Amino acid sequence: MTNRLLARLGHLYLGLILVFLYAPILVMAAMSFNRSEFYQLPFDFTTDWYAKLWHNGEILAAAGRSVWIAGTVTAIATVLGTAASIALYRHSFPGKALLRALLFPPIAIPWLITGTAMLVFFFGIGLDRGTPAVIIGHVALALPYVIVVVSSRLATLDPALEEAARSLGARPWTVTRAVTIPWILPGIIAGALFAFAVSFDQFVVSYFLSEPGDSTLPVLIYTSIRKGFTPEINAVSTLIIAVSMALMLLAARRVRFGGED
Amino acid sequence: MAGSLERADRRRAALMLSPAYLWLTAAVFLPLSAMAFFSLLTDVPFGGRDWAFTLQNYRDFFETGTYALLLWKSLKLGLIVTALCVLIGFPFALVLAKAIKGRAREALFLLVILPFWSNSLVRIFSWAIVLRGNGVLDAAVNAILPWEVRVNLMFSQSAIVIGLVHSYLPYVILTAYLALQAIDDSLIEAARSLGAPRRTILLRILLPLSAPGLIAGAVLIFVPVVGSFMEPRLLGGRVGTYYGTAIEDQFVAVFNWPLGAALSFILLAVVLVILALATPALRKAPT
Repeated sequence: MTNRLLARLGHLYLGLILVFLYAPILVMAAMSFNRSEFYQLPFDFTTDWYAKLWHNGEILAAAGRSVWIAGTVTAIATVLGTAASIALYRHSFPGKALLRALLFPPIAIPWLITGTAMLVFFFGIGLDRGTPAVIIGHVALALPYVIVVVSSRLATLDPALEEAARSLGARPWTVTRAVTIPWILPGIIAGALFAFAVSFDQFVVSYFLSEPGDSTLPVLIYTSIRKGFTPEINAVSTLIIAVSMALMLLAARRVRFGGED
Repeated sequence: MAGSLERADRRRAALMLSPAYLWLTAAVFLPLSAMAFFSLLTDVPFGGRDWAFTLQNYRDFFETGTYALLLWKSLKLGLIVTALCVLIGFPFALVLAKAIKGRAREALFLLVILPFWSNSLVRIFSWAIVLRGNGVLDAAVNAILPWEVRVNLMFSQSAIVIGLVHSYLPYVILTAYLALQAIDDSLIEAARSLGAPRRTILLRILLPLSAPGLIAGAVLIFVPVVGSFMEPRLLGGRVGTYYGTAIEDQFVAVFNWPLGAALSFILLAVVLVILALATPALRKAPT
Protein backbone atom coordinates (compact mmCIF):
# COMPACT_ATOMS: atom_id res chain seq x y z
CA MET A 1 0.00 0.00 0.00
CA THR A 2 1.28 3.44 -0.80
CA ASN A 3 1.63 6.02 1.91
CA ARG A 4 -0.96 8.26 0.35
CA LEU A 5 -3.56 5.52 0.24
CA LEU A 6 -2.83 4.71 3.86
CA ALA A 7 -3.27 8.35 4.82
CA ARG A 8 -6.59 8.46 2.93
CA LEU A 9 -7.80 5.36 4.76
CA GLY A 10 -6.73 6.89 8.04
CA HIS A 11 -8.71 10.06 7.40
CA LEU A 12 -11.72 8.03 6.30
CA TYR A 13 -11.52 6.04 9.53
CA LEU A 14 -11.43 9.19 11.67
CA GLY A 15 -14.46 10.46 9.79
CA LEU A 16 -16.42 7.26 10.31
CA ILE A 17 -15.76 7.21 14.05
CA LEU A 18 -16.74 10.86 14.38
CA VAL A 19 -19.99 10.06 12.57
CA PHE A 20 -20.56 7.22 15.03
CA LEU A 21 -19.92 9.59 17.95
CA TYR A 22 -22.11 12.42 16.71
CA ALA A 23 -24.85 10.86 14.59
CA PRO A 24 -27.16 9.75 17.42
CA ILE A 25 -26.88 13.14 19.13
CA LEU A 26 -27.70 14.93 15.86
CA VAL A 27 -30.60 12.55 15.19
CA MET A 28 -31.98 13.22 18.65
CA ALA A 29 -31.65 16.99 18.10
CA ALA A 30 -33.31 16.74 14.68
CA MET A 31 -36.20 14.73 16.10
CA SER A 32 -36.87 17.47 18.64
CA PHE A 33 -37.80 19.65 15.64
CA ASN A 34 -39.96 16.97 13.97
CA ARG A 35 -43.73 17.17 14.31
CA SER A 36 -44.40 13.44 14.59
CA GLU A 37 -44.85 12.30 18.15
CA PHE A 38 -43.60 8.83 17.21
CA TYR A 39 -40.44 10.01 15.44
CA GLN A 40 -41.94 9.18 12.07
CA LEU A 41 -40.45 10.47 8.82
CA PRO A 42 -40.88 12.45 6.54
CA PHE A 43 -39.47 15.30 8.52
CA ASP A 44 -41.89 18.11 9.27
CA PHE A 45 -40.25 21.08 10.96
CA THR A 46 -41.79 22.47 14.12
CA THR A 47 -40.71 24.22 17.31
CA ASP A 48 -43.82 23.04 19.14
CA TRP A 49 -41.89 20.69 21.41
CA TYR A 50 -39.76 23.53 22.68
CA ALA A 51 -42.88 25.63 23.22
CA LYS A 52 -44.42 22.75 25.15
CA LEU A 53 -41.27 22.45 27.21
CA TRP A 54 -41.63 26.08 28.20
CA HIS A 55 -45.05 25.33 29.69
CA ASN A 56 -44.04 22.07 31.40
CA GLY A 57 -43.78 23.10 35.04
CA GLU A 58 -42.28 19.82 36.17
CA ILE A 59 -39.37 19.95 33.70
CA LEU A 60 -38.76 23.65 34.33
CA ALA A 61 -38.67 23.09 38.09
CA ALA A 62 -36.23 20.19 37.69
CA ALA A 63 -34.05 22.26 35.35
CA GLY A 64 -34.00 25.13 37.83
CA ARG A 65 -33.11 22.73 40.63
CA SER A 66 -30.30 21.20 38.56
CA VAL A 67 -28.78 24.59 37.79
CA TRP A 68 -29.11 25.75 41.38
CA ILE A 69 -27.50 22.55 42.71
CA ALA A 70 -24.69 22.67 40.15
CA GLY A 71 -23.99 26.31 41.04
CA THR A 72 -23.81 25.57 44.76
CA VAL A 73 -21.64 22.50 44.15
CA THR A 74 -19.31 24.53 41.91
CA ALA A 75 -18.85 27.24 44.54
CA ILE A 76 -18.10 24.78 47.37
CA ALA A 77 -15.94 22.37 45.37
CA THR A 78 -13.91 25.15 43.73
CA VAL A 79 -13.07 26.90 47.02
CA LEU A 80 -12.28 23.71 48.97
CA GLY A 81 -10.45 22.12 46.04
CA THR A 82 -8.32 25.17 45.28
CA ALA A 83 -7.32 25.54 48.94
CA ALA A 84 -6.33 21.89 49.13
CA SER A 85 -4.38 22.09 45.85
CA ILE A 86 -2.39 25.10 47.04
CA ALA A 87 -1.56 23.36 50.33
CA LEU A 88 -0.48 20.22 48.47
CA TYR A 89 1.69 22.37 46.19
CA ARG A 90 3.38 24.39 48.94
CA HIS A 91 4.08 21.89 51.65
CA SER A 92 5.74 18.55 51.74
CA PHE A 93 4.76 16.34 54.64
CA PRO A 94 4.47 12.65 55.38
CA GLY A 95 1.26 11.23 53.98
CA LYS A 96 1.08 13.63 51.05
CA ALA A 97 1.22 10.79 48.54
CA LEU A 98 -1.64 9.12 50.40
CA LEU A 99 -3.72 12.31 50.24
CA ARG A 100 -3.19 12.44 46.49
CA ALA A 101 -4.08 8.75 46.17
CA LEU A 102 -7.32 9.33 48.13
CA LEU A 103 -8.58 11.50 45.26
CA PHE A 104 -8.69 8.43 43.06
CA PRO A 105 -11.52 6.34 44.64
CA PRO A 106 -14.33 8.89 44.10
CA ILE A 107 -13.40 8.98 40.40
CA ALA A 108 -12.60 5.29 39.90
CA ILE A 109 -15.28 3.51 41.94
CA PRO A 110 -18.48 3.09 39.89
CA TRP A 111 -21.06 5.70 40.81
CA LEU A 112 -23.56 2.92 41.45
CA ILE A 113 -21.48 1.84 44.45
CA THR A 114 -20.77 5.38 45.67
CA GLY A 115 -24.38 6.40 45.19
CA THR A 116 -25.91 3.47 47.05
CA ALA A 117 -23.31 3.81 49.82
CA MET A 118 -24.21 7.49 50.23
CA LEU A 119 -27.91 6.62 50.33
CA VAL A 120 -27.35 4.03 53.06
CA PHE A 121 -25.08 6.30 55.10
CA PHE A 122 -27.14 9.50 54.80
CA PHE A 123 -30.28 7.59 55.72
CA GLY A 124 -28.48 6.01 58.66
CA ILE A 125 -27.41 9.38 60.11
CA GLY A 126 -30.91 10.80 59.58
CA LEU A 127 -30.08 13.16 56.69
CA ASP A 128 -32.55 11.39 54.41
CA ARG A 129 -32.85 11.91 50.67
CA GLY A 130 -33.29 15.35 49.11
CA THR A 131 -31.42 18.34 47.78
CA PRO A 132 -28.91 18.69 50.69
CA ALA A 133 -27.90 15.05 50.28
CA VAL A 134 -27.51 15.53 46.52
CA ILE A 135 -25.29 18.59 47.04
CA ILE A 136 -23.09 16.82 49.60
CA GLY A 137 -22.68 13.88 47.22
CA HIS A 138 -21.96 16.00 44.14
CA VAL A 139 -19.32 18.10 45.92
CA ALA A 140 -17.48 14.90 46.86
CA LEU A 141 -17.53 13.76 43.22
CA ALA A 142 -16.43 17.16 41.89
CA LEU A 143 -13.61 17.80 44.41
CA PRO A 144 -11.07 15.36 42.92
CA TYR A 145 -11.57 16.87 39.45
CA VAL A 146 -11.04 20.41 40.77
CA ILE A 147 -7.91 19.37 42.69
CA VAL A 148 -6.44 17.52 39.69
CA VAL A 149 -7.09 20.40 37.27
CA VAL A 150 -5.90 23.17 39.64
CA SER A 151 -2.83 21.10 40.64
CA SER A 152 -1.82 20.66 37.02
CA ARG A 153 -1.90 24.43 36.61
CA LEU A 154 0.03 24.90 39.88
CA ALA A 155 2.75 22.63 38.51
CA THR A 156 3.60 25.45 36.08
CA LEU A 157 4.05 28.00 38.89
CA ASP A 158 7.71 28.63 39.73
CA PRO A 159 8.13 28.27 43.52
CA ALA A 160 10.67 31.09 43.37
CA LEU A 161 7.83 33.50 42.61
CA GLU A 162 6.05 32.80 45.91
CA GLU A 163 9.44 32.72 47.65
CA ALA A 164 10.29 36.18 46.31
CA ALA A 165 6.99 37.64 47.50
CA ARG A 166 7.48 36.09 50.93
CA SER A 167 11.05 37.31 51.28
CA LEU A 168 9.87 40.81 50.41
CA GLY A 169 7.67 40.59 53.51
CA ALA A 170 4.29 39.60 52.05
CA ARG A 171 2.09 37.76 54.50
CA PRO A 172 0.95 34.23 53.46
CA TRP A 173 -2.55 35.36 52.52
CA THR A 174 -1.12 38.26 50.49
CA VAL A 175 1.15 35.83 48.63
CA THR A 176 -1.86 33.66 47.84
CA ARG A 177 -4.02 36.56 46.73
CA ALA A 178 -1.46 38.57 44.78
CA VAL A 179 0.82 35.87 43.34
CA THR A 180 -0.66 32.37 43.44
CA ILE A 181 -4.32 32.95 42.56
CA PRO A 182 -3.69 35.25 39.57
CA TRP A 183 -1.31 32.67 38.11
CA ILE A 184 -3.58 29.66 38.55
CA LEU A 185 -6.82 31.50 37.73
CA PRO A 186 -7.25 29.72 34.35
CA GLY A 187 -6.94 26.40 36.20
CA ILE A 188 -9.46 27.49 38.83
CA ILE A 189 -11.95 28.53 36.15
CA ALA A 190 -11.47 25.25 34.28
CA GLY A 191 -11.86 23.33 37.55
CA ALA A 192 -15.07 25.23 38.29
CA LEU A 193 -16.43 24.38 34.83
CA PHE A 194 -15.59 20.72 35.41
CA ALA A 195 -17.33 20.83 38.79
CA PHE A 196 -20.41 22.38 37.21
CA ALA A 197 -20.45 19.75 34.47
CA VAL A 198 -19.95 16.87 36.95
CA SER A 199 -22.94 18.05 38.97
CA PHE A 200 -25.18 19.17 36.11
CA ASP A 201 -24.73 15.92 34.17
CA GLN A 202 -24.68 13.62 37.18
CA PHE A 203 -27.39 11.03 37.03
CA VAL A 204 -26.48 7.96 39.08
CA VAL A 205 -25.75 9.58 42.43
CA SER A 206 -28.66 12.04 42.07
CA TYR A 207 -30.93 9.13 41.23
CA PHE A 208 -30.27 7.43 44.55
CA LEU A 209 -30.16 10.61 46.63
CA SER A 210 -33.02 12.73 45.34
CA GLU A 211 -36.54 12.67 46.67
CA PRO A 212 -39.17 11.44 44.19
CA GLY A 213 -41.05 14.48 42.87
CA ASP A 214 -38.13 16.68 43.87
CA SER A 215 -35.55 15.38 41.42
CA THR A 216 -32.86 16.87 39.20
CA LEU A 217 -33.28 17.10 35.43
CA PRO A 218 -31.35 13.91 34.49
CA VAL A 219 -33.35 11.89 37.06
CA LEU A 220 -36.62 13.30 35.72
CA ILE A 221 -35.53 12.42 32.17
CA TYR A 222 -34.68 8.85 33.23
CA THR A 223 -38.04 8.28 34.88
CA SER A 224 -39.87 9.83 31.91
CA ILE A 225 -37.96 7.67 29.39
CA ARG A 226 -38.94 4.58 31.31
CA LYS A 227 -42.58 5.60 31.10
CA GLY A 228 -42.31 6.04 27.31
CA PHE A 229 -40.63 8.92 25.58
CA THR A 230 -41.78 11.94 23.58
CA PRO A 231 -40.04 14.61 21.46
CA GLU A 232 -40.41 16.86 24.48
CA ILE A 233 -37.67 14.81 26.14
CA ASN A 234 -35.62 15.17 22.95
CA ALA A 235 -36.00 18.93 23.22
CA VAL A 236 -34.83 19.13 26.82
CA SER A 237 -32.05 16.59 26.12
CA THR A 238 -30.85 18.65 23.16
CA LEU A 239 -30.68 21.71 25.40
CA ILE A 240 -28.71 19.76 28.03
CA ILE A 241 -26.18 18.52 25.46
CA ALA A 242 -25.80 22.05 24.11
CA VAL A 243 -25.15 23.41 27.62
CA SER A 244 -22.60 20.74 28.58
CA MET A 245 -20.75 20.97 25.27
CA ALA A 246 -20.58 24.75 25.59
CA LEU A 247 -19.17 24.35 29.12
CA MET A 248 -16.48 21.95 27.90
CA LEU A 249 -15.56 24.24 25.00
CA LEU A 250 -15.10 27.04 27.54
CA ALA A 251 -12.96 24.78 29.74
CA ALA A 252 -10.93 23.59 26.73
CA ARG A 253 -9.87 27.16 26.01
CA ARG A 254 -8.17 27.21 29.41
CA VAL A 255 -6.74 23.71 29.71
CA ARG A 256 -4.85 22.13 26.83
CA PHE A 257 -6.19 18.59 26.71
CA GLY A 258 -4.04 17.47 23.82
CA GLY A 259 -0.74 18.05 25.54
CA GLU A 260 2.02 19.99 23.81
CA ASP A 261 2.54 19.56 20.13
CA MET B 1 11.85 31.18 65.88
CA ALA B 2 12.22 28.87 62.91
CA GLY B 3 10.30 26.20 64.81
CA SER B 4 7.32 28.44 65.47
CA LEU B 5 7.23 29.50 61.84
CA GLU B 6 7.18 25.90 60.80
CA ARG B 7 4.35 25.17 63.16
CA ALA B 8 2.35 28.09 61.72
CA ASP B 9 3.00 26.67 58.28
CA ARG B 10 1.80 23.27 59.32
CA ARG B 11 -1.34 24.72 60.88
CA ARG B 12 -2.04 26.68 57.71
CA ALA B 13 -1.60 23.56 55.56
CA ALA B 14 -3.96 21.57 57.77
CA LEU B 15 -6.48 24.41 57.64
CA MET B 16 -6.41 24.45 53.85
CA LEU B 17 -6.47 20.68 53.40
CA SER B 18 -8.95 19.55 56.02
CA PRO B 19 -12.20 20.97 54.57
CA ALA B 20 -11.75 19.11 51.28
CA TYR B 21 -10.63 15.87 52.89
CA LEU B 22 -13.21 15.96 55.69
CA TRP B 23 -15.83 16.37 52.98
CA LEU B 24 -14.49 13.39 51.05
CA THR B 25 -14.43 11.37 54.26
CA ALA B 26 -18.01 12.24 55.19
CA ALA B 27 -19.41 11.76 51.70
CA VAL B 28 -17.36 8.89 50.28
CA PHE B 29 -15.20 7.00 52.74
CA LEU B 30 -17.63 6.83 55.68
CA PRO B 31 -20.52 5.80 53.39
CA LEU B 32 -18.41 3.00 51.91
CA SER B 33 -17.66 1.77 55.44
CA ALA B 34 -21.31 2.14 56.41
CA MET B 35 -22.21 -0.04 53.45
CA ALA B 36 -19.89 -2.77 54.67
CA PHE B 37 -21.69 -2.60 58.03
CA PHE B 38 -25.15 -2.65 56.42
CA SER B 39 -24.28 -5.67 54.32
CA LEU B 40 -23.92 -7.68 57.55
CA LEU B 41 -27.41 -6.88 58.88
CA THR B 42 -30.73 -8.68 58.64
CA ASP B 43 -32.68 -5.44 58.29
CA VAL B 44 -32.08 -1.68 58.21
CA PRO B 45 -31.12 -0.37 61.67
CA PHE B 46 -33.60 2.52 61.71
CA GLY B 47 -37.33 3.11 61.73
CA GLY B 48 -37.69 0.89 64.77
CA ARG B 49 -36.90 -2.29 62.86
CA ASP B 50 -35.41 -5.35 64.53
CA TRP B 51 -31.99 -6.16 63.21
CA ALA B 52 -29.14 -8.54 63.93
CA PHE B 53 -25.79 -9.41 62.44
CA THR B 54 -25.79 -12.04 59.75
CA LEU B 55 -23.77 -13.37 56.84
CA GLN B 56 -26.97 -14.35 55.06
CA ASN B 57 -26.67 -11.63 52.39
CA TYR B 58 -23.30 -12.94 51.29
CA ARG B 59 -24.57 -16.50 51.56
CA ASP B 60 -27.42 -15.48 49.24
CA PHE B 61 -24.87 -14.37 46.68
CA PHE B 62 -22.84 -17.56 46.77
CA GLU B 63 -25.63 -20.09 47.28
CA THR B 64 -28.49 -18.98 45.05
CA GLY B 65 -26.28 -18.50 42.01
CA THR B 66 -28.63 -15.88 40.52
CA TYR B 67 -26.49 -12.93 41.50
CA ALA B 68 -23.20 -14.67 40.79
CA LEU B 69 -24.53 -15.43 37.32
CA LEU B 70 -25.53 -11.78 36.84
CA LEU B 71 -22.10 -10.65 37.97
CA TRP B 72 -20.55 -13.03 35.46
CA LYS B 73 -22.86 -11.61 32.77
CA SER B 74 -21.79 -8.07 33.68
CA LEU B 75 -18.11 -9.04 33.64
CA LYS B 76 -18.58 -10.52 30.16
CA LEU B 77 -20.34 -7.34 29.02
CA GLY B 78 -17.40 -5.37 30.42
CA LEU B 79 -14.92 -7.51 28.47
CA ILE B 80 -16.85 -7.19 25.18
CA VAL B 81 -17.28 -3.43 25.47
CA THR B 82 -13.66 -2.91 26.57
CA ALA B 83 -12.29 -5.06 23.73
CA LEU B 84 -14.41 -3.23 21.14
CA CYS B 85 -13.38 0.17 22.51
CA VAL B 86 -9.67 -0.75 22.40
CA LEU B 87 -9.93 -2.23 18.89
CA ILE B 88 -11.82 0.79 17.55
CA GLY B 89 -10.05 3.42 19.62
CA PHE B 90 -6.39 2.49 19.16
CA PRO B 91 -6.30 2.98 15.35
CA PHE B 92 -8.11 6.30 15.82
CA ALA B 93 -5.55 7.46 18.39
CA LEU B 94 -2.73 6.22 16.16
CA VAL B 95 -3.88 8.19 13.12
CA LEU B 96 -4.57 11.24 15.27
CA ALA B 97 -1.19 11.17 17.04
CA LYS B 98 1.05 10.22 14.15
CA ALA B 99 -0.62 11.25 10.88
CA ILE B 100 -2.36 14.52 11.70
CA LYS B 101 -0.59 17.71 12.65
CA GLY B 102 -1.18 21.13 14.15
CA ARG B 103 -4.56 22.77 14.53
CA ALA B 104 -6.44 19.97 12.78
CA ARG B 105 -5.20 17.54 15.42
CA GLU B 106 -6.24 19.84 18.25
CA ALA B 107 -9.70 20.31 16.74
CA LEU B 108 -10.21 16.57 16.16
CA PHE B 109 -9.08 15.80 19.68
CA LEU B 110 -11.58 18.28 21.07
CA LEU B 111 -14.32 16.71 18.92
CA VAL B 112 -13.64 13.34 20.57
CA ILE B 113 -13.55 14.79 24.09
CA LEU B 114 -16.72 16.86 23.75
CA PRO B 115 -19.33 14.08 23.74
CA PHE B 116 -17.37 12.29 26.43
CA TRP B 117 -17.99 15.16 28.80
CA SER B 118 -21.59 15.62 27.86
CA ASN B 119 -24.51 13.96 29.57
CA SER B 120 -24.20 10.16 29.36
CA LEU B 121 -27.90 9.54 30.09
CA VAL B 122 -28.92 11.79 27.20
CA ARG B 123 -26.47 10.05 24.85
CA ILE B 124 -27.95 6.65 25.73
CA PHE B 125 -31.41 8.08 25.16
CA SER B 126 -30.32 9.29 21.72
CA TRP B 127 -29.45 5.68 20.79
CA ALA B 128 -32.94 4.63 21.81
CA ILE B 129 -34.28 7.01 19.16
CA VAL B 130 -31.86 5.73 16.50
CA LEU B 131 -32.22 2.01 17.19
CA ARG B 132 -35.95 1.60 17.68
CA GLY B 133 -37.99 -0.19 15.02
CA ASN B 134 -39.31 2.27 12.41
CA GLY B 135 -36.50 4.47 13.65
CA VAL B 136 -33.79 6.35 11.85
CA LEU B 137 -31.45 3.37 11.45
CA ASP B 138 -34.28 1.35 9.98
CA ALA B 139 -35.07 4.13 7.49
CA ALA B 140 -31.39 4.64 6.60
CA VAL B 141 -30.72 0.94 5.98
CA ASN B 142 -33.83 0.63 3.81
CA ALA B 143 -32.89 3.70 1.82
CA ILE B 144 -29.57 2.03 0.89
CA LEU B 145 -30.63 -1.58 0.43
CA PRO B 146 -32.90 -2.42 -2.52
CA TRP B 147 -34.89 -5.00 -0.57
CA GLU B 148 -36.99 -4.53 2.51
CA VAL B 149 -35.44 -5.35 5.90
CA ARG B 150 -36.71 -4.67 9.36
CA VAL B 151 -33.98 -3.33 11.59
CA ASN B 152 -34.96 -3.27 15.20
CA LEU B 153 -31.96 -3.52 17.50
CA MET B 154 -33.73 -1.88 20.40
CA PHE B 155 -34.06 -3.96 23.56
CA SER B 156 -31.28 -6.35 22.62
CA GLN B 157 -27.79 -7.16 23.85
CA SER B 158 -26.41 -5.43 20.71
CA ALA B 159 -28.18 -2.20 21.63
CA ILE B 160 -26.58 -2.25 25.08
CA VAL B 161 -23.12 -2.90 23.62
CA ILE B 162 -23.50 -0.14 21.00
CA GLY B 163 -24.64 2.37 23.61
CA LEU B 164 -21.83 1.49 26.01
CA VAL B 165 -19.12 1.56 23.31
CA HIS B 166 -20.41 4.98 22.28
CA SER B 167 -20.25 6.16 25.90
CA TYR B 168 -16.76 4.90 26.71
CA LEU B 169 -14.84 4.97 23.39
CA PRO B 170 -13.44 8.46 24.07
CA TYR B 171 -11.68 7.19 27.25
CA VAL B 172 -9.42 4.81 25.38
CA ILE B 173 -8.86 7.26 22.52
CA LEU B 174 -7.80 9.82 25.12
CA THR B 175 -5.35 7.59 27.01
CA ALA B 176 -3.95 5.87 23.91
CA TYR B 177 -3.48 9.22 22.20
CA LEU B 178 -1.58 10.69 25.15
CA ALA B 179 0.66 7.60 25.27
CA LEU B 180 1.28 7.57 21.51
CA GLN B 181 1.99 11.26 21.42
CA ALA B 182 4.71 10.81 24.02
CA ILE B 183 6.59 8.42 21.69
CA ASP B 184 9.43 10.28 20.01
CA ASP B 185 8.95 10.42 16.24
CA SER B 186 12.69 10.01 15.71
CA LEU B 187 12.39 6.49 17.16
CA ILE B 188 9.97 5.59 14.37
CA GLU B 189 12.17 7.37 11.82
CA ALA B 190 15.18 5.37 12.97
CA ALA B 191 13.32 2.07 12.66
CA ARG B 192 12.05 3.03 9.22
CA SER B 193 15.47 4.07 7.94
CA LEU B 194 16.84 0.74 9.14
CA GLY B 195 14.28 -0.90 6.88
CA ALA B 196 11.66 -2.01 9.43
CA PRO B 197 8.31 -2.69 7.78
CA ARG B 198 5.18 -0.97 9.14
CA ARG B 199 4.02 -4.11 10.91
CA THR B 200 7.26 -4.32 12.85
CA ILE B 201 7.09 -0.66 13.84
CA LEU B 202 3.55 -1.18 15.10
CA LEU B 203 4.26 -4.41 16.97
CA ARG B 204 7.72 -3.63 18.32
CA ILE B 205 7.54 0.11 19.00
CA LEU B 206 4.07 1.65 19.01
CA LEU B 207 2.11 -1.08 20.80
CA PRO B 208 4.59 -1.84 23.61
CA LEU B 209 5.28 1.83 24.30
CA SER B 210 1.61 2.78 24.38
CA ALA B 211 0.56 -0.30 26.36
CA PRO B 212 0.33 1.54 29.72
CA GLY B 213 -2.04 4.06 28.15
CA LEU B 214 -4.12 1.33 26.56
CA ILE B 215 -4.36 -0.59 29.84
CA ALA B 216 -5.32 2.57 31.71
CA GLY B 217 -8.04 3.25 29.15
CA ALA B 218 -9.26 -0.35 29.31
CA VAL B 219 -9.56 -0.24 33.10
CA LEU B 220 -11.35 3.11 32.99
CA ILE B 221 -13.89 1.46 30.67
CA PHE B 222 -14.16 -1.99 32.21
CA VAL B 223 -14.85 -0.81 35.77
CA PRO B 224 -17.84 1.46 35.08
CA VAL B 225 -19.31 -0.93 32.49
CA VAL B 226 -19.38 -3.77 35.05
CA GLY B 227 -21.25 -1.40 37.37
CA SER B 228 -23.59 0.02 34.71
CA PHE B 229 -27.33 -0.14 35.22
CA MET B 230 -28.89 2.80 33.38
CA GLU B 231 -27.61 1.71 29.94
CA PRO B 232 -28.90 -1.91 30.15
CA ARG B 233 -32.16 -0.62 31.59
CA LEU B 234 -32.86 1.88 28.81
CA LEU B 235 -31.46 -0.02 25.81
CA GLY B 236 -31.99 -3.60 26.94
CA GLY B 237 -35.54 -3.57 28.23
CA ARG B 238 -36.39 -7.07 29.32
CA VAL B 239 -32.99 -8.54 28.31
CA GLY B 240 -31.29 -5.75 30.24
CA THR B 241 -31.00 -7.50 33.58
CA TYR B 242 -27.41 -7.24 34.79
CA TYR B 243 -25.59 -7.10 38.09
CA GLY B 244 -25.96 -3.31 38.19
CA THR B 245 -29.72 -3.42 37.63
CA ALA B 246 -30.01 -6.10 40.35
CA ILE B 247 -28.34 -3.70 42.79
CA GLU B 248 -30.55 -0.83 41.63
CA ASP B 249 -33.64 -3.00 42.25
CA GLN B 250 -32.62 -3.76 45.82
CA PHE B 251 -32.48 -0.03 46.57
CA VAL B 252 -35.37 1.43 44.58
CA ALA B 253 -37.84 -1.43 43.99
CA VAL B 254 -37.42 -4.31 46.46
CA PHE B 255 -36.05 -2.19 49.33
CA ASN B 256 -33.80 -4.96 50.59
CA TRP B 257 -30.98 -2.58 51.47
CA PRO B 258 -28.76 -5.05 53.35
CA LEU B 259 -28.76 -7.39 50.34
CA GLY B 260 -28.17 -4.42 48.02
CA ALA B 261 -25.27 -3.31 50.22
CA ALA B 262 -23.77 -6.81 50.13
CA LEU B 263 -24.08 -6.92 46.33
CA SER B 264 -22.53 -3.43 46.04
CA PHE B 265 -19.73 -4.45 48.36
CA ILE B 266 -18.95 -7.57 46.34
CA LEU B 267 -18.80 -5.38 43.22
CA LEU B 268 -16.49 -3.00 45.07
CA ALA B 269 -14.19 -5.91 45.92
CA VAL B 270 -14.08 -6.96 42.26
CA VAL B 271 -13.36 -3.37 41.20
CA LEU B 272 -10.58 -2.97 43.77
CA VAL B 273 -8.92 -6.20 42.62
CA ILE B 274 -8.99 -4.99 39.00
CA LEU B 275 -7.64 -1.55 39.97
CA ALA B 276 -4.89 -3.14 42.08
CA LEU B 277 -3.85 -5.41 39.21
CA ALA B 278 -3.74 -2.46 36.85
CA THR B 279 -1.96 -0.06 39.22
CA PRO B 280 1.54 -0.51 37.69
CA ALA B 281 0.16 0.36 34.26
CA LEU B 282 -1.98 3.20 35.61
CA ARG B 283 1.05 4.72 37.30
CA LYS B 284 3.07 4.66 34.08
CA ALA B 285 0.32 6.09 31.89
CA PRO B 286 0.89 9.76 31.06
CA THR B 287 -2.25 11.52 32.24
